[in-house]
Amino acid sequence: MTTSALRDLVTRHPGQPDKEPFLEVVDLRVHFPTDDGLVKSVDGLSFALDRGRTLGIVGESGSGKSVTSLAIMGLHTRPASEQKRPGAQLSGEIYLEGDELLGKTPEYVRGLRGKRMAMIFQDPLSAMNPYYTVGHQIIEAYRIHNPVNKKVARQHAIDMLGRVGIPEPSRRVDAYPHQFSGGMRQRAMIAMALSCDPELLIADEPTTALDVTVQAQILDLIRDLQSEFNSAVVLITHDLGVVAELADDVLVMYAGRAVEYGSADLLFNRPAHPYTWGLLGSIPRFDRTQTERLLAIQGTPPSLINVPPGCPFHPRCDYATRNEGRSEEVRPELTPVEPGHTVACHLSQTDREEIWQQEIVPKL
Amino acid sequence: MFAYIVRRLLWAVLLLIVLSMVTFSIFYLIPRLAGASPETLAARYVGRAATPETVHLTAERLGLLDPVPVQYWNWIKGVFTGAEYDYGAGVETCPAPCFGYSFITRQAVWPELLDRAPVTISLVVGASLIWLIAGVTVGVISALRRGTVFDRGAMGVALAGVSLPIFFTGLVALAFFSYRLGITAPGGQFVPFSENPALWAYSLLLPWITLSFLFAAQYARLTRAGMLETMSEDYIRTARAKGLAERKVILKHALRGALTPVVTIFGLDVGLLLGGAVLTEKTFSLNGLGKYGYDAIVQGDLPKILGVTLVAGFFVIIANLIVDLLYGVIDPRVRLE
Repeated sequence: MTTSALRDLVTRHPGQPDKEPFLEVVDLRVHFPTDDGLVKSVDGLSFALDRGRTLGIVGESGSGKSVTSLAIMGLHTRPASEQKRPGAQLSGEIYLEGDELLGKTPEYVRGLRGKRMAMIFQDPLSAMNPYYTVGHQIIEAYRIHNPVNKKVARQHAIDMLGRVGIPEPSRRVDAYPHQFSGGMRQRAMIAMALSCDPELLIADEPTTALDVTVQAQILDLIRDLQSEFNSAVVLITHDLGVVAELADDVLVMYAGRAVEYGSADLLFNRPAHPYTWGLLGSIPRFDRTQTERLLAIQGTPPSLINVPPGCPFHPRCDYATRNEGRSEEVRPELTPVEPGHTVACHLSQTDREEIWQQEIVPKL
Repeated sequence: MFAYIVRRLLWAVLLLIVLSMVTFSIFYLIPRLAGASPETLAARYVGRAATPETVHLTAERLGLLDPVPVQYWNWIKGVFTGAEYDYGAGVETCPAPCFGYSFITRQAVWPELLDRAPVTISLVVGASLIWLIAGVTVGVISALRRGTVFDRGAMGVALAGVSLPIFFTGLVALAFFSYRLGITAPGGQFVPFSENPALWAYSLLLPWITLSFLFAAQYARLTRAGMLETMSEDYIRTARAKGLAERKVILKHALRGALTPVVTIFGLDVGLLLGGAVLTEKTFSLNGLGKYGYDAIVQGDLPKILGVTLVAGFFVIIANLIVDLLYGVIDPRVRLE
């Protein structure tokens, strides 16, 4: 499939079909050569994202979510001739406002990191350097891209800490990461990421390491700051609840590929892929009796070295038998099921609706 | 923090007292327990043809006839108030701090120790700077280029460095650089820094390099291991995600974490060596504390051995104290509130 055809497949924001998206990823592949074989962590992923919108990328561990975000940020080690350990092999295109990033020099992408695109990591304790104060690390991030003196940068760091809701920021700015609570650390991490007003914010499991009450606060904070800065947010998570809370669009990943992609409304109201059904079915519900079992997805995620042929989900799919063996041979491409909603599945439209209405809905 | 330092200093003093007791016991009590009489101890310090009366007199003059606790008390009193010795050739005063009086050369130990200390300090300070800089640099580069020819070569040399004894590397270096090529000073030279800094460095260059080779190897391996660990930390990824230049990521964020064990070992190594780099001083004929102690052991001169052992112990205790205090500076997580 040609690149232009792939680009056409990428869902554009409804109503603005000709406008160039702020972030566009086209046929991204990230492969890691290892002694056991080639690990295809991301294998042909395409999506687009506009300013002010949030894209939720959902999937199990090892589905390629984090690898995708690191690829956008240019944080993968590329193969270097002097190094015996080969790094990641990347192909495809990543456009940031029309600017293709994969072909750029590492130095060019480094100039964008922190300034135009920033990232929040999963575990704020290990993601902050324990040897430097929180303020120092925010000041450092700010001064890489802004030629200001230390005093101005320090004031900016205090302002940022105040904006993310840290009490007494002028005192806390000199504290070390270990002196903060988990939620406070994640706030400080967000302050650091937002210190240069990035247009793209990638949040990689931002609430996974936090307890539930703090999770809600952090999600609120991300939402508020997004509307304030009008930035594009990529939210990476395995938690559909978090996605439902924040995302405008949702991309469901499985074995390094998108299996379902569409606006959050459509995807949550009429999910079209058996894997998405599984994800929805495995959310614990407090309003149900405890005797009902969760609708867990059977089996384990596939090896990314030997991805099953055909549809990579077919060994775990209850409905793989319904398409005359095509799931075992033909890899399904993302195809529209309705405007703004695509799915990569061999099930026919009628089968899919029937299963959804009769088998899945009653159990959710 | 202040209370902590005071507490640690008090402990250090207590430790020094215990150290002096243990050392004193080793040299004065254990031979007695093993069956040696004061006369057999004293016999070493008189002529071979001495009569039993002379030996007995010498034992009395050396204080060996007193009970061991009394001997210890007299000795420790001398440290604070000075002492007087009469070895038969008139009374000698030994002003405080008196760490005893050589049985053989009839010289007070403390001035001799002070005399020797600059040699050892010069040797250790110079060598430690070289091995710290060289070891850490090689370790960092090795970690960043893991598996390359440089890494393998450096780690091979490092293995040789930790394995080869200094009396081998030192002699080979002397034979080659000083006697064949003539580019370094031959052994046995020491020019005080205050007299001529250039000559001071020149005379010590080869001992520095030989001694630092032994230690640099260990530091390179330690730094390499530490760097490999910190480079895979999440906070390194965060630093890169900020857009920080790779050089700063390595030097500011990765090296900082890798240095903690290096600083610990460095403090202890320097402390240990300040008490006398015995093999190096002996190989290069430098009259430092190590050679002083070595000669004293060969001659069986108890007060000298005791003095050198105490000085060495003092340096180790102080080095430990400094390292513990430095921990708080290096790693904010162990800083005392």
